[in-house]
Amino acid sequence: MKTILKTTSVFFACAMLVACGTSSGVRTGGEPAAVEDRTGAAAGAEDGVVTAGVGTVGSFTLAELNNPASPLFKRVIYFEYDSDEVAAEDRETVAAHARLLAANPGVTVTLEGHADERGSREYNIGLGDRRAQAVRKLLEFQGASNSQILTVSYGEERPVAEGHDESAWRLNRRVELVYPGQ
Amino acid sequence: MNYAVRILLASLLGLMALAGTARAALTIEITQGVQGALPIAIVPFGWTGPAPNAPEDVSGIIAADLRRSGRFVPFPEQDMLSRPHSAAEVNFKDWRVLGQESLVVGQVNATGPDSYEIRFQLLDVFKGSQLAGYSIPVRGAALRRAAHHIADIIYEKLTGEPGAFNTRIAYVVAKKHVNPPRYELQVADSDGYNPETVVASPQPIMSPAWSPDGSHIAYVSFEKRRAEVFVQNLAMGTRESVAAFPGINGAPAWSPDGKKLALTLSQDGNPEIYLLDLGSKALTRLTDSAAIDTEPVFSPDGKEIVFTSDRGGRPQLYRIPVSGGRAQRLTFEGEYNARGRFSPDGKRLAMVQGQGGKYRIAVMELDSGTVRVVSNGALDESPSFAPNGSMLMYATEARGRGVLAVTSVDGRVQQRLALQEGDVREPAWSPINLK
Repeated sequence: MKTILKTTSVFFACAMLVACGTSSGVRTGGEPAAVEDRTGAAAGAEDGVVTAGVGTVGSFTLAELNNPASPLFKRVIYFEYDSDEVAAEDRETVAAHARLLAANPGVTVTLEGHADERGSREYNIGLGDRRAQAVRKLLEFQGASNSQILTVSYGEERPVAEGHDESAWRLNRRVELVYPGQ
Repeated sequence: MNYAVRILLASLLGLMALAGTARAALTIEITQGVQGALPIAIVPFGWTGPAPNAPEDVSGIIAADLRRSGRFVPFPEQDMLSRPHSAAEVNFKDWRVLGQESLVVGQVNATGPDSYEIRFQLLDVFKGSQLAGYSIPVRGAALRRAAHHIADIIYEKLTGEPGAFNTRIAYVVAKKHVNPPRYELQVADSDGYNPETVVASPQPIMSPAWSPDGSHIAYVSFEKRRAEVFVQNLAMGTRESVAAFPGINGAPAWSPDGKKLALTLSQDGNPEIYLLDLGSKALTRLTDSAAIDTEPVFSPDGKEIVFTSDRGGRPQLYRIPVSGGRAQRLTFEGEYNARGRFSPDGKRLAMVQGQGGKYRIAVMELDSGTVRVVSNGALDESPSFAPNGSMLMYATEARGRGVLAVTSVDGRVQQRLALQEGDVREPAWSPINLK
């Protein structure tokens, strides 16, 4: 119980940092726009969260998210073109995350859906959303609760690989499982 | 005189309040020419004033505008036999012998500190007569805009259609290699000059859409690590969040009367088209399918909405009455058709068409169903019509970077606008009647 409380407090600290960092990072302007160079202004949102291990929780620990030997270490699921089907080899990964969430009702995860750059941007937002929903369903079937999962689709807006061919595209068609503080 | 008043009003309204620093952040590159364009000679304008040169090359701006439209071929300056600055100085024989049909002469005069007068005349070389002549008083910061306005006057006199040079474009710039990454929504003149950042964020910004009167822009921002739709007042810089539901808040499109936004929301589980009344904030769901329904756009008469849906397996364009009802499929050519945009007269639909692994801009004639591909990149997207319907701007890829391109609606004239830094994407051409 104590560890769960610690987990949630880590989450809230992080959520606050995210909120603070982004609200100060956005500038709107009229004409003329007040454009400032604010390099580093949003660094808090990206890098300001530091977490420590929180001990054993259920059958998994959050610390295992950083253990390369744990199935929880894998937090990216890849997809085929225009598809939202979770591949057979990724199902065990998703199942491990479902067990973590089921055992730790205070833990939340954000599923960030992404698409490759081909086609139109808003349709790709739809594709990223569909991929995130596919992972959400699998997590819920295996014990995670709906309220533990947030989804956001970035479509093609945040690629991890920059090329304009399949070697980059296959890395960009993905869902990332993002835990607070990781 | 009417024009002079309009120009003055434009400057008074603060549209050019940026103190005359016309930075050319976008450079223009003509990638393809056209046959059958009208020959026109634009003589470098004269200048009287305390400085050695006029603060802006007014005649040069006019010539570049007319060239960009694909409808005109400006005559090379160095081959001119004479350089008159008013009709009284013109020897029409000089221009007939060069095969020119139209001639523009003019003069910029300083009339006070930061105030100028542009006089110009458009002449018919064969008849030896004047087609138009104006004297326009203007502040220094509004000189470029006045030059675009003159190009609009010339374009309309000679083609019979309104020009769209004195307009603006909105677009998104992504600077991913700075830390943190920086996304900017910028607004610039239609030739890429005078860029101004209206929103900047370390998280993605998407889908800018001008209100029909040009006073506001709706866009999507991920600044809170989730999608949210804002409507921003351009003159004031103030904004309002209009959609922050769970899931997708995207693809804003204005109704022609400016009172509603069509949006994509996924609050009910998957992406559907909704109508949001901006006054009452009432939300009406328009589509209901297990597919991705997104990218709504109003027809210019406001009666129907065209949107992208993969309900048939792959993304295609469909239309539905704004009052709801059955969606009807519009596109059958091409494996992938998405993000429709109506021409201002409602007769054409531009879209992204995917075929054989290439994504290009296509234009469909709505009465006949004929589809014409008008771009030749591999990853082209986001078509936007000029407010006079004569040109299309879209996003493409050049040497590994996102750039904007302009094409005539028939695809015969291609031209690129390249930014010096970052990826430029999602152009949205402003309406013609800017406030």
